[in-house]
Amino acid sequence: MKSAMTDRPDWRILQKVIVPVAGVLIGMIVGSLVVINKDRSLLMVLGRLFYNAAGTWSNLISSLVYTIPLGFTGLAIAFSYSAGIFNIGAEGQLQLGALMTAVVATSTAFSSSFIQVPVALIAGAVVGALWALIPGLLKAYKGFNEIVVTMLMNYIAILLVNYFLEGPMKAPHSFYPQTRPFVKTSWLQDLVPNSDLHYGFFLLIALFFIVWIVLFKTPLGFKIRAVGFNPEGARYAGIKVKRIMVLSMVVSGALAGLGGSVEVMGVYRRVAEGFSPGYGFDAIAVALLANLNPIGVFFSAFFFGALRNAASGLQVDLGVPISFIHIVQALAILFVIASRGLPRQFQNIKRRLRYGR
Amino acid sequence: MAGSVFAMMISQSFLASSIRLTTPLLIGSMGSIFSERSGVLFFTLEGFMLMGAFFGFLGSYFFGAIPGVLFAVAINMLIALIFAYATVTLAVDQVVVSVAMNIFALGITGALLRVVFGAHTNTLLVQRLDVISIPVLSSIPVLGAFFNQNPFTYLGFILVPVVWVIFFRTKWGLKIRSVGENPKAAESMGINVQRIRYISILWAAGFAAVAGASQTVGNLGTFVDNMIAGKGFIAFTAVVLGRFNPIGTFLTVFFFGAVDAFQLNLQAMGSHIPYQFPLMMPYVFTLLAFFAAGSRAAPKAWGTPYIPD
Repeated sequence: MKSAMTDRPDWRILQKVIVPVAGVLIGMIVGSLVVINKDRSLLMVLGRLFYNAAGTWSNLISSLVYTIPLGFTGLAIAFSYSAGIFNIGAEGQLQLGALMTAVVATSTAFSSSFIQVPVALIAGAVVGALWALIPGLLKAYKGFNEIVVTMLMNYIAILLVNYFLEGPMKAPHSFYPQTRPFVKTSWLQDLVPNSDLHYGFFLLIALFFIVWIVLFKTPLGFKIRAVGFNPEGARYAGIKVKRIMVLSMVVSGALAGLGGSVEVMGVYRRVAEGFSPGYGFDAIAVALLANLNPIGVFFSAFFFGALRNAASGLQVDLGVPISFIHIVQALAILFVIASRGLPRQFQNIKRRLRYGR
Repeated sequence: MAGSVFAMMISQSFLASSIRLTTPLLIGSMGSIFSERSGVLFFTLEGFMLMGAFFGFLGSYFFGAIPGVLFAVAINMLIALIFAYATVTLAVDQVVVSVAMNIFALGITGALLRVVFGAHTNTLLVQRLDVISIPVLSSIPVLGAFFNQNPFTYLGFILVPVVWVIFFRTKWGLKIRSVGENPKAAESMGINVQRIRYISILWAAGFAAVAGASQTVGNLGTFVDNMIAGKGFIAFTAVVLGRFNPIGTFLTVFFFGAVDAFQLNLQAMGSHIPYQFPLMMPYVFTLLAFFAAGSRAAPKAWGTPYIPD
């Protein structure tokens, strides 16, 4: 079992890169074909897409800004999936995390960002973790389908957040449903002056390495992957499967919640209704495109961040509907997932030809 | 307040709105039960209902109501071939493919809506299938609500016994069930597992189209982005809660329809409860129903691709 799980540095690594890149390109071309007309040609759409994504320094920075929340939530989904649990609930965890962060970040009780920033971040992570604990426990001890439970809990979380933003946590005299602005000592400062790129980016990079090390270089990570690979075998090998399942779900929720905290502390510096355009949902595509590998998640998050950034520009410039990015996402995932099944299919065909069946 | 809530709950209009809200869930779940029973987890019901709603709207705009619904069924079945090829032939993870198809549905409906109709879509109305009142029966007090509905609702209610009979009284149903329970044994009995699963998926996607179209062609007369808004997930959950049995599923979806009608009526009565909490009710109740019922009773091969040797 161990040999099957360790990554051998051979042509498979190359395959891991080529397949998703090809998937993305096919997705982009087919997606563009849906939206072209006499006013906008395929090349125009694709060219504009690349230009908006990374054509100028400031476009690239905007793409990185979108990468941050997608990175956190994508990592969250990849982490729990390592233990074989599909956390569809990242959006709810992210939104609730952001809301809890607002409680800390609007408080004037702290005198320095040295304390307030970490407390605000931890608040978001804890709430995300607690929200994910429920489906984790239900999956591990009751055998409930985590996909259904996390999906339902998303709806509940989003409605709860809306309630708090329109009710108890709404800023006084504000027309829009949003909290009071965060106090300055709770801000994640700008990394590049006069842009939305903030220090949360470094936190994300650090977490990529931490998650990668935990998953691939520690005994705990080995146990987590063993549970994901074959829960029955893991149990036979003396691993406490249920505990590992709950733990991986809790960590996943914490990562997603942290993503919400970082986003509101670094970009908006308050929580407003609709602050997340569905990062937690896009994150499912991010994680799947990366084949659930934490390092891959970084590139995949950047790709989807750039795509979202570019597409919102495209809507303004060329009138291309933003739904376009969902077509690209879906086709890229389908391509990656299909590539896992195709080799066996080719062998079947070869065998049939050989035996004349 | 309590008195008026009670009066609302036994009124004909409450029953009527419960039935109306049950309709898409009922048609969607009666179709997807085929896929589930054959062992293929049809978590993409949401996406196929959304596409059904859109293509029903599109077809109805160009060809009229009934051809429009058939158009949606045809398109959905074509798109379902991708799902079936990936999950059955390529035998890859059914949940992942489902998630991808759901995202695809969101993208293709949103993009095509604007590509075909331009930016001003909110005023577009299409021909609808109107309410057909059944003489005599529709004038029964309260229960008359069942006989004063649009054709989609009648179809949904007729489907329940039909699906039950197919599953438990026909050879075809037995084949589907055996493929979902033990594909290896089914294969050794000479059943073509892959073919049964393909057909079950197409059936599920076709009825998902009707379920979705019931929202545009039967109900609203127009299409709004992401208008299925979780109804497909609720219907999916209802099949699990109804223990993959048409009768159990029917009772579950009717319960959800009633909860939804209850929360809408509660809001309309001008209660002081913030609107988010009534809106939350269908999801909270689904979750609670899960706690109560558990999730045993699934077909043994549910969610597992079958690879013939």
